[in-house]
Amino acid sequence: MQPVHDLLLLLVVLTNFWVLGTTRLSATIRATAIQGMLLAGLPIALYPGLSLHIVGLAVGTFAVKAIFLPFLLSRAIREAAVRREIEPLIGFTPSMLLGALAVALAFSIAPQLPLPEMRSYMLVPVSLSTVVIGLLVLTTRSKAVTQVVGYLILENGIYVFGLSLVERVPFLVEIGVLLDVFVGVFIMGIVVFHINREFDSLDSARLTELRD
Amino acid sequence: MVLLGLLLLPITTALLAYLSGNTRVRNGLLVGTAAAHAAGMGYLWIHPDLTALGGWMAVDALGLMVLTVLSLLFLAVAAYTMGYLQHDRPRGGRVFVSCLLAFLAAATLVALAHHLALVWIGMEATTLCLAPLVFHRRDRRSLEAVWKYLVLSSVGIGLALLGTFFLASAQVVGRPLMLEDLLQHADTLQPGLLRGAFIFLLVGYGTKMGLAPLHAWKPDTYGEAPSLVAGLMAGALTSCAFLGLARVVEIMAAAGQAPFMRPPLLALGITSLVVSAAFVIGQTDLKRLLAYSSVEHMGILVLALAIGGAGSYGAVLHLVNNGLIKGVMFLAVGNVVLFYGTSEAASVRGVLRRAPWSGFLLIVGLFAVTGSPPFGLFVSEFTIVGAAIRGGDVWLAVAMMILFAIIFLGMAKMILDVAYGEPIEAAEPARESVSLIGGPLVLAALVLGLGLYLPAPLRAFLAQAARALGGSAP
Repeated sequence: MQPVHDLLLLLVVLTNFWVLGTTRLSATIRATAIQGMLLAGLPIALYPGLSLHIVGLAVGTFAVKAIFLPFLLSRAIREAAVRREIEPLIGFTPSMLLGALAVALAFSIAPQLPLPEMRSYMLVPVSLSTVVIGLLVLTTRSKAVTQVVGYLILENGIYVFGLSLVERVPFLVEIGVLLDVFVGVFIMGIVVFHINREFDSLDSARLTELRD
Repeated sequence: MVLLGLLLLPITTALLAYLSGNTRVRNGLLVGTAAAHAAGMGYLWIHPDLTALGGWMAVDALGLMVLTVLSLLFLAVAAYTMGYLQHDRPRGGRVFVSCLLAFLAAATLVALAHHLALVWIGMEATTLCLAPLVFHRRDRRSLEAVWKYLVLSSVGIGLALLGTFFLASAQVVGRPLMLEDLLQHADTLQPGLLRGAFIFLLVGYGTKMGLAPLHAWKPDTYGEAPSLVAGLMAGALTSCAFLGLARVVEIMAAAGQAPFMRPPLLALGITSLVVSAAFVIGQTDLKRLLAYSSVEHMGILVLALAIGGAGSYGAVLHLVNNGLIKGVMFLAVGNVVLFYGTSEAASVRGVLRRAPWSGFLLIVGLFAVTGSPPFGLFVSEFTIVGAAIRGGDVWLAVAMMILFAIIFLGMAKMILDVAYGEPIEAAEPARESVSLIGGPLVLAALVLGLGLYLPAPLRAFLAQAARALGGSAP
C-alpha cells in the first residue's frame, strides 16, 4: 500500500501527460485545475497533524491554483472563442514520448539529490519532471493560453520541490511564492486579453513583427 | 533604519504618486525620492556595516556597488523623466511614475537582501514593476515585446526559485538561506544539490541578465520600451540579476566548487559575445543595437567570473561602468527618439547639427561603451583581459579582443552615421532642455572619471567584493 502522498504525486504526473496529449484548450485548463487540487492535498498528506501552517498552505494553494487561475484562463478562452490547440511544433505523440523520457531521467537523477528530510522518494523526480514538461508545453505550443498553462505546470513542479522545505523555510517565503505566481499570471492574463483584442486570436505565433 | 528607509521610501512615494492627480506633485515625488535614495546610498558608503530585519538585510561591498549604480542611474533617469513627460505624455502618467518608484524599491531590496529568498522576491518584483512600462505605447509591437518579456522572464525567475530551493535543501546547518550562514558553513553543503542550485540560478538569473542564448526577449523589450525604461533595465535590472548570480558564485567559491562553475560560465559568456558581434553588424535600430551591446557586457561579466583572480575585481568594476554608461547611451538615444520620432537608424541623420548635446553624448557614449581609453570600461575590460592572460587563458583573451573589435566596428558604423551626415529633412534645431541632457552628461563624466582615477574607498570596496567572489585585487 503506497502512502497517500505518493498516490497524489503519481496523479500529478498523470495530469502532466493529460496536458501534453490533449488538443482541447478547455481540457488543458481542467487538467491544471485538477493538478492544483492535488497540489493542495499534498502538504496535508506529507505533514500529517494538521498544523495551522500546513492547513493555511493547503487552503491558499487550493484557492490560487485550483480555482482562481483556471477561472482566469477559462474566461480568456471564452472571450477569444478558441477551442483547440493547432498541431504544435513538436506533435502530440512525440511530446508525450519526450515527457516520458523526462520522467525516466528525473527518476534516475533523483538519488544523487538527497533531500535533508526525505518525506517521499518521489518528491524530487516528480518535481523535476513536472518542471521539464512545463517547459516543453511552454516552448512547443502556439496558443498563448497553453503557454500560460505550461508556465503554471512549471511553477507547480517548483512548488512540489518546495514542499520538502515547508518546515525549514519561513512561512513568508511560501506567501511570497504564491503571491508572485498570482501576480505573474494575473499580468499574463491581462496580456492574453490584449493579444486577443489586438490580434483576434490567442495565437502567440502571430507575434512575429519583432525580429532581426 | 537607513536600510529600511531606502526600501520603504520608494514604496510609499510609489503609492502617493499613484494617488496624486497632479503631474507636478508626481514629478516632485519621483525626483525627491531619487535624491533621498542617493543620499541614503552615500550614507551607506560611510557606514557600510548596517543590518536590518535581523540580518535579512545587510550591506556588503558587492551589494553596495549594485546599490550605487542603481541609485545614480535612477537619479539621472528621474531628472530625465521630467523632460520626457513634457514631450511624450504617456497614457496614465500615474502608472508610469509609480512603476518607476516601485522598481526602485524592488531593486533596492535585491541589492540589500542577505536572505536568498528575499533576493528572489525582489527580482520577481522588478520584473513585474517594469512590465506595464514596456507596454506603455499600447500597440501591437509593444504587446509582442511585453509578452516575450513576461514569458521568458517568468520562466527564468521560476527556475531561479527552483535553484533557491535546491540551495535551501543543500544546507544542513545554519539559518536557512541566510548568506552569512551559507558562506560560513559552505563546506557542509551537499555538493549535488549545490551544483544543481548553481545551474538553475545561472539559467534563471542569466535569463534576467540577458545572456545569450537566453537573451531572446532583450532586443524586443529594449526596442519597444521607452528609452529611459530600457536604460533602467540595461543598467540597473541587469546589475541586480548579476548580483543574484554573484551570490551563488560566492557560495560556490566558498565551497571549493569553482572548477565546476567555469565551463558553464565560459560557455554563456562566449556565446553572448559572439551573438552580440553577429547582431550588432547590420543592425538597423539604435535601441536594438544597444540591447545587443548589453548582451555583450553581460557576457563580459560572466567571463570575468569564469576567469577569476583579478578578473573578479574587473567584473565588479565593469558592473559599475556598464550601469552608468547604459544610462548615457539610452538617454541620448531617448533624445533622438523624441526629436526624430524613431530609433530606426536609416531615418536619423545629423544629430550633431540638430541636437548637438545629444549628438555629443552619443559619440562619447560610443567610445566609452566599446571600452576605448580613457573611459572606465577600458580599465575594467583591460583588467579582465589581463587576468585571462595571466591565468593562462590566452585563447580567451585573444577571442575577447577580436570580438570587442568587431562590436566596436558595428556600433561605430551606425552611431557615426546617425551623429554626422546631413539631416534628411530640414528641421529647426531641437530644444534640448537641461533635464534631457543633464543626467546623461553627469553619468558620462563619472564613467570618464572612473577611467582616469579610482578613489581609495572605491578600490577597497572593489577588492572586498572581488575576494567575496573568490578572486583577488590586481
